[in-house]
Amino acid sequence: MEFLTTMGLEVHCELSTKTKIFCSCTTEFGGEPNTHVCEVCTGMPGSLPVLNKQVVEYAIRTGLATNCTITQYNKFDRKNYFYPDLPKAYQVSQLYLPICQNGHIDIEVNGVKKSIRIKEIHMEEDAGKLIHDPWDDCTLVDYNRCGVPLLEIVSEPDFESGDEVIAYLTKLKSILQYIDVSDCKMEQGSLRADVNLSVRPVGQTELGTRTEMKNINSFKAIARAIEGERKRQIEVIEDGKRVIQETRRWDDNKGASFAMRSKENAQDYRYFPEPDLVPIEISDEWIDDVRKSLPELPSQKKERYLSEYGLPEYDVDIITGSKYLVKIFEEALNVCGEAKEVSNWIMGEVLRLASDTGTEFEDIKFNPENLGRLIVILKNKVINRGTAKEVFEKMFTENIEPEQYIKENGLEMVNDDSAVLAVVKTVIEANPKAVAEYKGGSAKVKGFIVGQCMKQLKGKADPGTVNKIIAEELEKL
Amino acid sequence: MVIDDKMIDYIGELARLRLKDEERENAKNEMNKIIDYMDILNQLDTTGIEAMSHAFPVKNVFREDIVEPSKDRQDILFNAPNKKDGAFKVPKTFE
Repeated sequence: MEFLTTMGLEVHCELSTKTKIFCSCTTEFGGEPNTHVCEVCTGMPGSLPVLNKQVVEYAIRTGLATNCTITQYNKFDRKNYFYPDLPKAYQVSQLYLPICQNGHIDIEVNGVKKSIRIKEIHMEEDAGKLIHDPWDDCTLVDYNRCGVPLLEIVSEPDFESGDEVIAYLTKLKSILQYIDVSDCKMEQGSLRADVNLSVRPVGQTELGTRTEMKNINSFKAIARAIEGERKRQIEVIEDGKRVIQETRRWDDNKGASFAMRSKENAQDYRYFPEPDLVPIEISDEWIDDVRKSLPELPSQKKERYLSEYGLPEYDVDIITGSKYLVKIFEEALNVCGEAKEVSNWIMGEVLRLASDTGTEFEDIKFNPENLGRLIVILKNKVINRGTAKEVFEKMFTENIEPEQYIKENGLEMVNDDSAVLAVVKTVIEANPKAVAEYKGGSAKVKGFIVGQCMKQLKGKADPGTVNKIIAEELEKL
Repeated sequence: MVIDDKMIDYIGELARLRLKDEERENAKNEMNKIIDYMDILNQLDTTGIEAMSHAFPVKNVFREDIVEPSKDRQDILFNAPNKKDGAFKVPKTFE
């Protein structure tokens, strides 16, 4: 039997505000347990929350960047449940009037364009961290993360393949980084995805029973979790059993998902309006101000790069896919004005060195202006391309200044034709056999002679000049 | 709506309370009184009136995003019945 897969995504994104959503404690990652906490974020009796304005601002920004409608009158609700990661026994969230609604993100998979609808984006607080203590067989609770502002971005069930999910997450991550609302570090948990998945036989219109997989924290793990859960559900159905609606935990090491132990009534969150926080009214002016402050988004940048610079679409997709590659491209371009050349350096050397050294784009530390200057130096034929690549490697690993490095290491090309001529003459004299072969009609011997000359010139000559002089000298023989 | 035995058991379970029989009866009676009172309120004609969560028309109370020192960990943990290594210690919790 053939099956169709349907998925929806809930993405939790920690905002990069300096303080928590309802108190002035720092949101800094890590720290000794319970050192970034106060009476508000530990839920002490009598404490009251006050909303961080920056959270609202970031939520509006995210809504506008994902084509949502901003809910101009919105408010918070309490989601009640008992679990020690939430000291108040409820999470402040938004159920009835979330701040953003009805947006979409456009993706492309294997050349096919598709729009993924965003149902809503709401503001809420993150929970604390539970650490199992095997010695005492108990649980230790650290509330440093409790109260860090989160946006939950809820999609409609519009995904039909793992590739679509990954394309959406990649795009969403790049948007959130572009508009500076989150660093989206999956390994630190600042971007986490829950996948709702169901399967149904081809021909059946009604969706199958879905399961939810929580907090999967890498793109690769998400792809594996989707494939694993899809297969599991198909097997359950083919065995004549029914899929149970439940929350499952994906164990990436074991490559399997497991039902999470949950109380029968755990899903009854008894939401009600949060009486400790007043409603938020967002004026047209506020929305306009935020709209004006939005930087150029990935899709707009892509269009501009294509039309303004005439770069290949593949290259543009790679570069605009990362805020950090865009920074390198634009700053280097500012210096040298050679879009195609900068793009080639990024697509070639930057990507190669990043991959060879296992460097994430955000951790690349060379000054992009130096790349622009290196391109100018190359264009002015101060060094040749081979040398430029060596210089760039030094720039990439040690962030050196190209001019100084070239000077200190004597890498300038020999621009003196007479010096080149002298070397060519020596090489011709030293290789009578090769010269004879050349005269006998073997063209490839010329390559050997060029190689010998470049070797003597230590690679510091313009290959064009060397070629020209060799041709002239051989003619004379 | 009536609070019957089934409902009181369900609420008790959600609230993580183990009620003795007489406590259960007592709670049931009190809750039914509250529900009855709501029924009186429900008799009012509220057509065209927006539901509200606050009695006062206050909105947009914000804080600027400026870090202030957190509380001393000792103070935060002071009343905790159990603690270990700077953390609140609770019974083993499963997901």
